[in-house]
Amino acid sequence: MTATQGRVRPRAIGTPLDRLDGRAKVTGSARYAYEQPVGEPVYLHAVQATVARGRITGIDTEAAAAVPGVLAVLTHRNAPRLADTRDAELAVLQSDAVAFRGQFVGGVVATTSEAARYAASLVRTTYDTQPHDSVLRPDRDDLYAPESVNGGFATDTEQGDVEAALASAAVTVDQTYTTAMNHNNPMEPHTTVAVWNDGELTLYESTQGVHMVRSQVAPLFGLQPDEVHVVSPFVGGGFGSKGTPHAPVVLAAMAARLVPGRAVRFALTRPQMFFVAGYRTPTVQHIRLGADRGGRLTAISVDAVSQTSRIKEFAEQTAVAARMMYAAPHRRTTHRLARLDVPVPSWMRAPGECPGMFAAEVAMDELAEACGLDPVELRIRNEPATDPETGRPFSSRNLVACLREGARRIGWERREQAPRSRREAGHLVGLGVAASVYPVFWMPGSSATVRAGAGGRYTVSIGAADLGTGTWTALAQIAADALEVPVERVELRIGDTAFPPASVAGGSSGITAWGSAVVHAARRLRETYGNAPPDGAEATGETGDNPATERFAMYAFGAQFAEVRVDEETGEVRVPRLVGVFAAGCVINPKTARSQLVGGMTMGLSMALHEESHVDGRLGQVANHDLAEYHIAANADVGDIDVSWIDEDDPHVNPMGSKGIGEIGIVGTAAAVANAAHNATGVRVRDLPITLDKLLGDPGAGNGPAVRRR
Amino acid sequence: MRVTFTVNGRPQEADDVWEGESLLYVLRERMGLPGSKNACEQGECGSCTVRLDGVPVCSCLVAAGQVQGRRVDTVEGLAGEDGELSAIQQAFVDAGAVQCGFCTPGLLVAADELLEHNPSPSDGDIREALSGNLCRCTGYEKILDAVRLAAARTGQGV
Ligand code: FES
Ligand code: FES
Repeated sequence: MTATQGRVRPRAIGTPLDRLDGRAKVTGSARYAYEQPVGEPVYLHAVQATVARGRITGIDTEAAAAVPGVLAVLTHRNAPRLADTRDAELAVLQSDAVAFRGQFVGGVVATTSEAARYAASLVRTTYDTQPHDSVLRPDRDDLYAPESVNGGFATDTEQGDVEAALASAAVTVDQTYTTAMNHNNPMEPHTTVAVWNDGELTLYESTQGVHMVRSQVAPLFGLQPDEVHVVSPFVGGGFGSKGTPHAPVVLAAMAARLVPGRAVRFALTRPQMFFVAGYRTPTVQHIRLGADRGGRLTAISVDAVSQTSRIKEFAEQTAVAARMMYAAPHRRTTHRLARLDVPVPSWMRAPGECPGMFAAEVAMDELAEACGLDPVELRIRNEPATDPETGRPFSSRNLVACLREGARRIGWERREQAPRSRREAGHLVGLGVAASVYPVFWMPGSSATVRAGAGGRYTVSIGAADLGTGTWTALAQIAADALEVPVERVELRIGDTAFPPASVAGGSSGITAWGSAVVHAARRLRETYGNAPPDGAEATGETGDNPATERFAMYAFGAQFAEVRVDEETGEVRVPRLVGVFAAGCVINPKTARSQLVGGMTMGLSMALHEESHVDGRLGQVANHDLAEYHIAANADVGDIDVSWIDEDDPHVNPMGSKGIGEIGIVGTAAAVANAAHNATGVRVRDLPITLDKLLGDPGAGNGPAVRRR
Repeated sequence: MRVTFTVNGRPQEADDVWEGESLLYVLRERMGLPGSKNACEQGECGSCTVRLDGVPVCSCLVAAGQVQGRRVDTVEGLAGEDGELSAIQQAFVDAGAVQCGFCTPGLLVAADELLEHNPSPSDGDIREALSGNLCRCTGYEKILDAVRLAAARTGQGV
């Protein structure tokens, strides 16, 4: 039996069930990692490198150790030796080398968090400092091609003859686009509470995947996987930064080893989150498009540059969306990396698609302008019949329906084709569009157990994660329908390695993978025990394989529209309206799904207008490393966000017919805003974020001022 | 030092409080009330919002010594003794204004205060009252809906 055989008949699925974890969260009784009851905890505070590259020549811990309440001071000299140091990001305190500013060089364990923090400030470190290089410039001569890019995709692709096609194209676009470094900033800081008992390690962890943490942490300490227990029932957001383990969990586990039997609590401060918890690399993308006069693409070329760290490679898959989005016979994509003295970049909501579709969708807007075409019509004209990269049919592709519905909702017919032609009360007003896309990933390796209890009740266990995404609720709905019982009869247990293994909550794959395993387990239980299983009857199911992934290209699509108003006097940009229409298969829970999509678009808006981690090249660090200076969209920054989806039936993706929705919401938002800003002002901003100085226009750049000059 | 104050209507006492200790720390680590969250510890996010003598404050910025003899109300005090959710709590659940929930306690306390003084707030009033509370998940729209819903229900005497 294959995993997708037979669709689940939706009863609870598709209903806007209230979040089952809502009550715990509104009463303040939901226990996040830091708040897990652990007896008498002790506290860890990290010591960080104050140079961007070099070696530690001296580290004086005497004053720190003398602070009352201090139990241990960790440095590279006394830290436990790790059994496996191949992952340099996780090889914490294993040498005297400093690879980026803010890297952990020590830690203090004390009976109170104040004592730990104070003592950490007394640790004196001296360095043999080496010159560092921490700013991404695309014109360097040492860019290199990684072996593959994040997600296992090919680094470069080429079909046809792009150069010839561009040379003979009637219309071309040739521009460079840049996106800023962004930091995930979930509201809950990265947290670990670690305790060693009888040689086994327990971690209360703020994570997107308990089994991922176990599998990566166990070998570091020379443990078998079942000697590491990870517990994480509630997570205060992650957006990718809690997807793979970073250095903090290792530091906490090391510190706990020095005080066996006692739990060590460790939460990053907000400023520390800008150094050791991953981030979205800045990107520089050179895009060339060739088309005929009717706007039909003949060539697409994307050369993407991003940064990685000196100690560990992360290659953002910026150009992959350009491989499948639109039809064009000639196409090429490349990815190049600059290896810098910086923290290790990592996943942030829709890595690859998010920055990549900003550039690609602004380029499409430029092409529409060059062809004198409506940007919606341009996209429709370039709709491919099959996946341009693989030639496979799409399992479902409803981009055009999303574009049409979105255009209707925003009132696209009111848009003036010529930029800068609508003025209202001192504001230049414009509308813009961009497409969204996100793959449907099939992650094998999850299993779930369904156990029958008394009174027709069922307990469903799987080590899945709910980062606020709605897993507690959506998975219960899936289980209920697979068992053909009301949701109230299902008790879900997640977020613990005591439960069957689950893949990480990443790549918007959670519900596909975990839901498939739950459905499989429920069906096995019914096959074996029928409709009235005895108390204690149990069955386990797996995600298994989905052969359809070999035959079809599987993606969710969407269209986003923005209305932008730019103050003629000041250049201030406001976005009173965003419209997002998505085609994401069967929507398991309309209430939690809407939240995910609105939240994604809001983060996209925030990326478009506000978010930028400014690297100070002299110090080699992000200068604005707190929430006062790194602005994320606040209440008054956000206008009306209209989210909807079209009915889409996809029999191939999984037994629920669902596609992931955690990431697609952020894909395309920034391009829609940039395109609307151009429509409003006539200024083409190719560099995120779109701040007012960019709209004031650089006369030398030939794009002219957007606003009145006096 | 010793600090004596009232939390959610109950007299409380904290001993050996360090001068630099924050009210947030006292609540979370000493009183066993971790509902108020620590997301920045420098007054930027509102996750730690509690009421001090009725006024919303960032408890991470209030020194514990300042609360001597005063009244503190936290998210844990919003529901009734019987566990029945208050109007604003119920509205957050019903409107889908909760995702990861980390910002929620601070938002609830701020919104509760708003509705106490202004039972039918305009959208501008709501945005202003909640302007100091960051949420990374929801996009705020459902939070506004929740406050409107609570206001409407309370107005109808529900
Ligand atoms: S934790 Fe107090 S404002 Fe952020
Ligand atoms: S619900 Fe996650 S930060 Fe607001």
